[in-house]
Amino acid sequence: MTTRRDFLKEVGGGLVVVLVASRVPALATLGAEPSLHAGEADDTDRISAWLHIDERGAVTVYTGKVEFGQGIRTSLTQHVAEELRAPVESIRLVMGDTELTPFDMGTFGSRSTPQMGLQLRRVGASARELLIGLAAERWKVDRSRLVAENGRIVDTQTKRALGFGELTAGRRLTETITADVAPKPATAWTIAGSSLPKVGARDIVTGKHQYTSDMRLPGMLYGRVLRAPQMGATLANVDTSAASAVKSAVVVHDGTFVGVAAPSSAEAKRALEAIRPTWTPPSEPQPSSTSVHEHLKRSSSRASGRQAGGEGGGGAQPFVQGNVDAALASADHKLARTYTVAYIAHVPLEPRAALAQWTRGAEGDRLTVWTGTQRPFAVRDELVRALGLVPERVRVIVPDTGSGYGGKHTGEVAVEAARLARGAGKPVKLVWSREEEFRWAYFRPAGVIDVGAAVSEDGAITAWTFDNYNSGPAAIRPSYAIANQRVAFHPSDSPLRQGSYRGLAATANNFAREMHVDELARLVSMDPLAFRVKNIEDARLRAVLEAAAEKFGWGKKPERGNGVGIACGFEKGGYIAACAEVAADRASGAVKIVRVVAAFDCGAVVNPAGLRSQISGGIVQGIGGALFEAVDFENGVVRNARLAQYRVPRFLDVPEIAVILINRKDQPSMGAGETPIIAIAPAVGAAIYDATGIRVRSLPMARNGLGASTT
Amino acid sequence: MLIELDVNGRRQRVDVDPDRTLLSVLREELELTGSKYGCGEGECGACTVLLGARAVRSCQTPVAKAAAAPVTTIEGLEREGRLHPLQQAFVDEGAMQCGYCTAGMIMAGVSLLKSTPSPTTDQIVRGMNGNVCRCGAYPQIVAAIERVASEGKKP
Repeated sequence: MTTRRDFLKEVGGGLVVVLVASRVPALATLGAEPSLHAGEADDTDRISAWLHIDERGAVTVYTGKVEFGQGIRTSLTQHVAEELRAPVESIRLVMGDTELTPFDMGTFGSRSTPQMGLQLRRVGASARELLIGLAAERWKVDRSRLVAENGRIVDTQTKRALGFGELTAGRRLTETITADVAPKPATAWTIAGSSLPKVGARDIVTGKHQYTSDMRLPGMLYGRVLRAPQMGATLANVDTSAASAVKSAVVVHDGTFVGVAAPSSAEAKRALEAIRPTWTPPSEPQPSSTSVHEHLKRSSSRASGRQAGGEGGGGAQPFVQGNVDAALASADHKLARTYTVAYIAHVPLEPRAALAQWTRGAEGDRLTVWTGTQRPFAVRDELVRALGLVPERVRVIVPDTGSGYGGKHTGEVAVEAARLARGAGKPVKLVWSREEEFRWAYFRPAGVIDVGAAVSEDGAITAWTFDNYNSGPAAIRPSYAIANQRVAFHPSDSPLRQGSYRGLAATANNFAREMHVDELARLVSMDPLAFRVKNIEDARLRAVLEAAAEKFGWGKKPERGNGVGIACGFEKGGYIAACAEVAADRASGAVKIVRVVAAFDCGAVVNPAGLRSQISGGIVQGIGGALFEAVDFENGVVRNARLAQYRVPRFLDVPEIAVILINRKDQPSMGAGETPIIAIAPAVGAAIYDATGIRVRSLPMARNGLGASTT
Repeated sequence: MLIELDVNGRRQRVDVDPDRTLLSVLREELELTGSKYGCGEGECGACTVLLGARAVRSCQTPVAKAAAAPVTTIEGLEREGRLHPLQQAFVDEGAMQCGYCTAGMIMAGVSLLKSTPSPTTDQIVRGMNGNVCRCGAYPQIVAAIERVASEGKKP
């Protein structure tokens, strides 16, 4: 076999010779980057854990958060620049590196802006005050006449100035972060609050940015892993002799783990295909996607309390308020409905990827893994457990990653790459195929939601029961003022591996809630907007509803028999409302979303352009789950494990989208990566009803046209 | 087998199996990793490169076929440190979130603008529909292409 590239040859005058040796990348030095900072990260009360200023005034900021496209590399840079009074260009963030950055639980739950943003503001403000103090000492003047601006401390009386780097001379800023420095109010922001373009955009549009899947180390091999034919199957035995015969391929067989590594991905694939495994199927048949909803409801009573998503909460005790049964018994109108949601896949465009490198040091083996995970510290611990290591010898580094949407919380690909690299004795890069992503990643949970409500003749909701089976407890309680409530989440026995997803179950819960509210409004012949306003007490929620409705032209009859719908929701500190206009054809079942107006309030806006992009992106992604995304499975096998079979939103699916930002500078800045996704499905569902008279109570609503998915 | 390719104006020979995909040769042999693997079935467009003036899915193109015409990848668009107008428009319009689809989007957009210099919004949407942006930056991507088209119209 001569497929291996051994040389690239000059073929004539003026041609470029690309030598193998010269193509060893700068990456080789990446692992050796600022060892200066290593070990610093643990002492998180000190400025030096978070921020370093070198002698030329270059600022390095350390945060365990990671950049997955949500834009925090940019917005956190703005926070630091604002408080430190340093130019944006002088600031560089080191993110998600377990050796260099302070411990962080992970990048999920819309926490980066409210928590890390605030933390880095404090760090920036503390460093600024420290620099002013250093200058006051140097000049022997009172600090009150000194100000920080544009990377320098300036004496307002003499106009003399010293650069930050001159003041610190590169020393570690081991001073304690001061709690009593008040960060600037949003009304006084000059850098935060503006649409700073995405940091790193140039490297992305030129193809220079190295995602994990693009990285290479000298001598690196490409890995592939043997997968079972169905979930729950176990490896009975395996013949790897033919794979070992593939030139330059290494077979790694470690307990039930079998994989290969080879100098090119093509050879790795060939070696993998030469492996002859024998599998033992699982003893019990698994539920299929067509029967999953009954299964989830039936199994909820005996489920062991497994949780959906990466966050805890919910599940144990129902939330009870007032007397629901009495209120239902005396109600003017009652309505009980069941809603369902399907399992859906995250489909991050960059599949799971990891590059693992073992190095031998005086004190033993060390493992470094570059991988796109939302939880680098948790993945480090996963590696420690799986490979029998100590945390001090394992380093996880997260390059800016090709998206995740809650789908990259776990470290399976990192563990696999580390096993392969250990077995091969060389660095190994493992990139999951799209099919592996569809089959072996985890999914957004499917669920069944029973909703019951009572409403008075004049349109007040008087009773509310809400039971979610399996999909999760996020945003499970209504934002409406209802005196009598019983709300419960019931964990079930999920046949598929399930986990976090953008917004978690807030999408499912808000779909059921808002579809139900739309139906309640019509039950008492009220306009769905007026009905909501009547039942909402929270002024901010009412404000987003009214803003969206006004811009949309709510109340005007749409053209050509189109339908309109409205929905709102509150979650993770953000208020969202969406109006949708839909062209839906009852006869053919075709659905097209024509336009959407969304209004969002997440407090003081840090980066308006970035925020708009998150909101419209969330709406676009939400359209997939609303209309056509669903995982088909049968007996432990995903049946639509290809992009051609699993439909995601494309250009043609995108409506005209108008986004209204309600910039509440008097309120703390909250996250925006998740909540904007939760209002689109019920707004579209209500619009479908308005256009056709068909109530669709299952997500996705129009996978094969309206009729096919109506229950 | 020795195959001669013209990639971004540089002629070079690679010694590879002719059935290997152009994408894997670009990424693994030539270290041009700007073109991405997204699905391996030609459905997402992240691997889009130009073969001549035509946008092709490099994950579906055997490397031997790529010898027929010059290949342009995202790395070949910049000219003497100046971004291609569409690259610049992507920056200016914020037409990316995670950026993983961006190279394929830009190459598809460059091809579209070559064949249709003043496309309508509808032509852009239809022409780009084979490329997936999972972050949903489609409106900003359309705006970036429209920006270049309208700049092209200026005298």
